Amino acid sequence: MKELSKEEKQERIAKNVARIIDEDTSLTFINLGVGIPTMVSNYVSRSDIYLMAENGMLGVGPIATGDDINPDLINAGRQPVLETKGCSYMDSAEGFGMIRGGHIDATVLGALEVDQNADVANWIVPSGKQLGVGGAMDLVGGARKVIIAMTHTSKTGPKLVKRCSLPLTAKSSASIVVTEYAVFFFENGKVTLKKIASDITTEELARITDIEYVVSEQLGTMAE
Amino acid sequence: MNKLITAQEAIGKIRDGDRIMIGGFGLRGCPDELVDELVRSGRKELTIISNDLGSPNQGLGRLLTNGQVKGLIGSYYNWNSEAVEAYNNGKISVTLVPQGTLAESMRAAGVGIPAYYTPTSVGTLLEGVKEVREFSGRKYVLEEAIHTDVALIRASRADTLGNLVYSKTARNFNPLMAIAAPLTIVEVDEVVEAGELDPETVVTPHIYVNAIVKRSSK
Repeated sequence: MKELSKEEKQERIAKNVARIIDEDTSLTFINLGVGIPTMVSNYVSRSDIYLMAENGMLGVGPIATGDDINPDLINAGRQPVLETKGCSYMDSAEGFGMIRGGHIDATVLGALEVDQNADVANWIVPSGKQLGVGGAMDLVGGARKVIIAMTHTSKTGPKLVKRCSLPLTAKSSASIVVTEYAVFFFENGKVTLKKIASDITTEELARITDIEYVVSEQLGTMAE
Repeated sequence: MNKLITAQEAIGKIRDGDRIMIGGFGLRGCPDELVDELVRSGRKELTIISNDLGSPNQGLGRLLTNGQVKGLIGSYYNWNSEAVEAYNNGKISVTLVPQGTLAESMRAAGVGIPAYYTPTSVGTLLEGVKEVREFSGRKYVLEEAIHTDVALIRASRADTLGNLVYSKTARNFNPLMAIAAPLTIVEVDEVVEAGELDPETVVTPHIYVNAIVKRSSK
């Protein structure tokens, strides 16, 4: 098992989420969360996807720099962005209605823990330092597919766990989990290992993964 | 009726202890000059209903720094460490609401719907003691409309009647607060004569707008 730097992990996770989006053409309208998820758009090769930001925009373009920055145009991570052809704006109720109403095909978000039941915890570590939920519960509970992009382990151990110990964001909602070492699909109450990185063995992976899963008969290799 | 007033006149309508909705997401779409005036006014014991509280001593954060806040109702205070600290020290009350629920509860208040069921927050800490009911095998939480005494909002252009047009993602919660509040005061960059806005582009019809304040700076 090869140790990866933080940047290598992030890049690999983003690339492999992008590959899922490239391969599944039913994913057209996509919401990208803050952090690794934002990097996904750098690696998607399809041109027929539309990114939405829950603060009120469908058709979010790349990050804006220099003279192209318009202070009134930001994504949900408060970064200045550009418009795309055919983009549109809406208020926050319609933005979230679009998500809750099942019109958004997929959301890509980070997580602190995902468990056997596909429950997701990604909004708070009860330490007194955080006080905010933002759109996390609406997104995880509302998007048609929830793609979790997260590192495989934290300082304290596996993030794929039997039962979440942190406060939940939504129950039974993860569809796919992409880490730097593996891609898991959560379908019909069962977890399947679909892809594995070339620098880890299935035995090594099992040691850092605290959920029950079956290995796909067509186990693939992750993009590097 | 002339709706054009000064920021000072507008804030003069606010009383100590009021619930105030204030537009914006981060620092965007926030009625800065009305907030400046609210800070100057020293009105206190306020409950601020907004997505977030800007940053420490910036945007809405100034109201907290200035000791005018009794309570917060909103979705995200991680951008303002002062708010987190004030809550931890018991200086203010905070009601956390998922962002989409916050928006929908404002909409509900404005359209005469007292409560509605939503799937968001089911099975989480924020479900709390709310009623949960099953529809077609899925669980939903009963959320109530969020009411206010006044809304301070930001738009890009108004006509003299109070029809409003917004700018890009600065729209966010502003149109929802406009319909939720019995008293809506809007801060705009530009005021044009009635008839000059293309009716097809008006987002907030003037029926919801009580007063217009033109910004002194761009």
